[in-house]
Amino acid sequence: MLLIHCPYCGEARAELEFRAAGDAHIDRPANIAAISDEEFAEYFFLRDNPKGLIYERWRHIHGCGRFFNAVRDTVSDKFVMTYKAGQPKPDLSPAPGAAPALPADSRPVETYEATEGRAE
Amino acid sequence: MTGANRIAGAGRLTPAKTARFRFDGRGFTALAGDTVASALLANGIHLMGRSFKYHRPRGVVSAGPEEPNALINVSRDTARSQPNVRATVQEVFDGMTVGSQNRYPSLAFDLGGINDTLSPFFAAGFYYKTFMWPKQAWASIYEPRIREAAGLGVSPKEEDPDHYACRYAHCDVLVIGGGAAGLAAAKAAAATGATVILADEQPEVGGALHFDTGAEIDGQNGYAWAQATAASLKAMDNVTLLTRTTAFGYYAQNFVAMAERVTDHIDRPQANAPRERLWQVRAKRVVIATGSIERHMVFADNDRPGILLASAARTYLNHFGVTVGRKVGVYTAHDSAYEAAFDLKRAGVEIAAIVDSRLRPGDGLFEKARSLGIEVFTDHAVIATSGRLRVASMTVVPNGGGSKRKIAVDALITSSGWTPSVHMFSQSRGKVAYDAATGRFLPGHYVQDCVSVGTCNGTDDLQAILEEATAAGAKLAAEAGHAEGAAPVPAGRNAIAWTGGMAGAAYGAGPDDSVKAFVDFQNDVCAKDIRLAVREGMHSIEHIKRFTTNGMATDQGKLSNLHGLAIAAEALGRGIPEVGLTTFRAPYTPVTFGTLIGHARGDIFDPTRKTPMHAVEEANGAAFEDVGQWKRAWYYARPGEDMHAAVNRECRTVRTTAGYFNASTLGKIEVVGPDAAAFLNLIYTNSWDTLKPGRCRYGIMLREDGFVYDDGVVGRIAEDRFHVTTTTGGAPRVMHHMEDYLQTEFPHLNVWLTSTTEQWAVIAVQGPKAREIIAPLVEGADLSNEALPHMSVVEAKVCGVPARLFRVSFTGELGYEINVPADYGAAVWEAVAKAAEPFGACPYGTETMHVLRAEKGYIIVGQDTDGTLTPDDAGVAWAVGKKKPDFVGIRGLKRPDLVREGRKQLVGLLTKDPKEVLEEGAQIVADPNQPKPMIMLGHVTSSYWSENCGRSIAMAVVAGGRAKVGQTLYVPMPDRTIAVEVTDTVFFDKEGGRIHG
Amino acid sequence: MADPIAIAARRPVLAPHASGAARAALSAAGPAARLSLRAKPDAVGALSAALGLDLPTAPKHAARNGARHALWLGPDEWLVIDEDEADLMAALSSAGALHSAVDVSHRNAGILVTGAEAATVINSGCPLDLSLTAFPVGACARTVLSKSEVVVYRTAEDAFRVECWRSFAPYVLAVLAEAAAEA
Repeated sequence: MLLIHCPYCGEARAELEFRAAGDAHIDRPANIAAISDEEFAEYFFLRDNPKGLIYERWRHIHGCGRFFNAVRDTVSDKFVMTYKAGQPKPDLSPAPGAAPALPADSRPVETYEATEGRAE
Repeated sequence: MTGANRIAGAGRLTPAKTARFRFDGRGFTALAGDTVASALLANGIHLMGRSFKYHRPRGVVSAGPEEPNALINVSRDTARSQPNVRATVQEVFDGMTVGSQNRYPSLAFDLGGINDTLSPFFAAGFYYKTFMWPKQAWASIYEPRIREAAGLGVSPKEEDPDHYACRYAHCDVLVIGGGAAGLAAAKAAAATGATVILADEQPEVGGALHFDTGAEIDGQNGYAWAQATAASLKAMDNVTLLTRTTAFGYYAQNFVAMAERVTDHIDRPQANAPRERLWQVRAKRVVIATGSIERHMVFADNDRPGILLASAARTYLNHFGVTVGRKVGVYTAHDSAYEAAFDLKRAGVEIAAIVDSRLRPGDGLFEKARSLGIEVFTDHAVIATSGRLRVASMTVVPNGGGSKRKIAVDALITSSGWTPSVHMFSQSRGKVAYDAATGRFLPGHYVQDCVSVGTCNGTDDLQAILEEATAAGAKLAAEAGHAEGAAPVPAGRNAIAWTGGMAGAAYGAGPDDSVKAFVDFQNDVCAKDIRLAVREGMHSIEHIKRFTTNGMATDQGKLSNLHGLAIAAEALGRGIPEVGLTTFRAPYTPVTFGTLIGHARGDIFDPTRKTPMHAVEEANGAAFEDVGQWKRAWYYARPGEDMHAAVNRECRTVRTTAGYFNASTLGKIEVVGPDAAAFLNLIYTNSWDTLKPGRCRYGIMLREDGFVYDDGVVGRIAEDRFHVTTTTGGAPRVMHHMEDYLQTEFPHLNVWLTSTTEQWAVIAVQGPKAREIIAPLVEGADLSNEALPHMSVVEAKVCGVPARLFRVSFTGELGYEINVPADYGAAVWEAVAKAAEPFGACPYGTETMHVLRAEKGYIIVGQDTDGTLTPDDAGVAWAVGKKKPDFVGIRGLKRPDLVREGRKQLVGLLTKDPKEVLEEGAQIVADPNQPKPMIMLGHVTSSYWSENCGRSIAMAVVAGGRAKVGQTLYVPMPDRTIAVEVTDTVFFDKEGGRIHG
Repeated sequence: MADPIAIAARRPVLAPHASGAARAALSAAGPAARLSLRAKPDAVGALSAALGLDLPTAPKHAARNGARHALWLGPDEWLVIDEDEADLMAALSSAGALHSAVDVSHRNAGILVTGAEAATVINSGCPLDLSLTAFPVGACARTVLSKSEVVVYRTAEDAFRVECWRSFAPYVLAVLAEAAAEA
């Protein structure tokens, strides 16, 4: 069970108190009634599925009740940081030439290839 | 006497305290503190089980949780019966019954032993190859037979009468393992004031100090030091010391699961005491002090009863006071077996010979053995043993061959070295590294905030262990915020510094020999099976494991993994680190389902939510149905009535006089703030600006994709206060949905949401006489049509308590919904019942509610809709504000697929035979004679017998349904085809006059 | 109206209840007035004055004045409990600051857990760290107890008030009772 730092409660609490709520930083268009089918599809249906850092929303539903944002590494399943809703998206992209801003201890998830060897 | 093999004066058990138990029908007396294994060994019994595949007779191999052979069934009574218990772990209690497993008719004579004779046909991969043909036989013949023959123990058939506890715990430092290393680490951490939990799987702390009587710490015997240290730790407020507690799973962020065996060792447990307790510990830091496990030697016929680990023999002697034999042979590649031999010899046991595969043992051992009168063969091998149910001899030859010598023994103890227990470290996702110098895998790269100390970290010398552990305990406590106070490093000394060790098959069993040299005892995997796997193309250790089943038994390869890996590496011609270890997974040792379930069983498996009127309804004879976690009154059968009769009567009564209904489970949300109407404008498809205080409106809520999400009546209590209702099942998700939009999309709005579902008890009174029934109970409200018309709400007093009185209807009749604070619900319900009685009105349940609303064509979101219907599809397009600039779903509704022709639409269906009641979910077609697969037009969503219409009625979603009104469609059933006519959805009072009283 | 209307009797979800040993005893809290109070930071002063206590603004903190308690549940949310059943809605009606007050007196039920093992009993199903350092007297939090949402409020070193929704109360009490029996 993960520990998740709630930016409103100021402490890490058990995952049992939280609920995941999808990708973060996807603003509902102010003129939503007027957007094209393609724009609507982009807004509502299409999501990236990155290997690495993902920006997502969580709600401390059985705690303070607030939605907040989190940066999580989909490879190690570790939370890099959490921050309040409405705050700007933090830039965690690596500087040119620098190593990716992943935690040093991240390691691949247990895919079939990782644990069972490569099927060749 | 508690067994002929007890050595007077040896061991730590008290001869005065005894316990009686039965093993396979025979009575035995044990000493308090005995395990089943030690008590049986004391009586000269080594044969404790049969192997899984070949049914070979097997004896106890170990004295701990790594035991692969001595799996037994332990029972207190018929319901309290547990299979596959390790005899080396189970403590004897007075009156216990123990049975051996995997044998028929008896342990000594087992018909399944034929498998051993036939073993050439049961080579590795046998199952995969043999049962392929004919294909159909797998499910009908092979699998059932194999299932019957496989599996070691037998599960009890009765419900488990025990209960199981669970506990979350937090600490600064969790120490896993209470040997010398764990105790020293805990002591150092505790001295700083840090909160410490120490868990050890054995009844007493001490770990290897149980057998290692040569170890001294702070001038006293190591085991005595361990008990004294445990006592001082227990006395500290900041320390929790748990024995009989196995840390079995290490999860993310130092979350460690542990199973505490609370009463399995007690003859008469207290009634309230749980059998086991699951600990879920969140530790800031973890010390892994899990020690190491001795490996057996891999040689021909190394599985006969009486052949066991050297350290196990030492444990039985030094802790339990039991010798494993009277003439004991030793076969080793490691010094630890010498100490076992010396201890046995000093206790008066004859040592037949020490056979050492090495050229030289550690310094001084050869000489010491000689001085004790023990013969030592160095650079020799044991290439065979004899004895059917107990080892009788070992055959010794020089490594590389030469003259054989057969030596009589009644026990043979072996050691090929020690495997560090890196299970917890590996489960923490740390990466192990191979140490070529010592031939073992040790903790390498750490991922979590933990440290390994002691022999699981490859530290062998006792003084070095104590220094390492003390430093780690202090360091981790400091990292957890406790730097004050320090504990001195205890002074420790081993009797002998061990050297040696080997992995893989010994001479005579490798590299090419095809003798039965067992690697994995429980799964009957021999060295030759692993070689066969490699020859057949398995090159990954994970494939070899699955092909041979090496390491897949309940002991999870604690003894066999490294041997199997070494043999595979040799066969592959690759180094051990290149071949790599299989993954360590939780649990470290088997965990009962009861422990994992904890108290989530029986009445408290899940919350059962009851309304404030539940007890009264129950007394009124209500039958209840489950709606999510809620219990809702389904119907109120009178004596002699079945459900249909009751529902028909209730339906008639509501429309002729009146009925009253418990609507308390409806979701309720109080929306308060100056922007409340603006917020509801965005959440609902309707417009709320024009709704005046005191009036209500039916609202439809969409998801952003345009599909109906929920519905309900919303009453405006004041300019800035709305009383929103939702479906019973939708209440939590609607609240979440609304909070989501409020917090993240519309945070500028001054409005707040509060769930009031459980604040209000709700009594719906419906029918022509509804007003007359409630009028005597109401104060402060004018119930006339003019003052309180359909779709209005007033705050008043009902039965003297503050109430919100709604004039609403889900039946099409004149109706009211009385909302009173929940604690008053039962009394107000009784008052309504009393007032209703003179009119002949009756209570009605959810079934009648469903029929009545269907007669009016009122939809139920989630029954008539399924998450793919738009308001137009569901026939409630009138609730969508045409002029609104925005609401959730406004854009989704314009998606091309949502506006196309031919979408499924909600319609009514009338069967040609009015007595025929359709099945909900039944499919609908235009032509019942078309070829299969037929084109399905839709399905029935609601279907009832309508007593008020005198016929069956149904609603359905049908492609292009509204254009098909008047047409005949067909509902194919397995035994017949039902013709139906498409209609509108209102079956009763089509003009709708009744609702206005 | 001919007859005077009989005033409905109140039937709490939990009957007066006492169980457990001295190390962990359970009892049903009596009726109390409760309010779900929501407001933005600029209203805290006026609302505090109206309620007669300082609404806490730090997470996990509660304020108390006699029988009245205000529990921080979220950055704009408090659970106000008045054990003397004072009319909290009336108290706030003239506060003069923007807020939402909703009467939830009957929505919740309270269970009192007392004794040296009180925290242990709650930890049988609650993942919060209830040590005195992490959760001192006066601390409160909304959290979970097994399969129910609860609010846990420490009123003394060895005393907690556990609040849950009415229909969950029998379940919460049963879970706590099982843990108390084995404490």
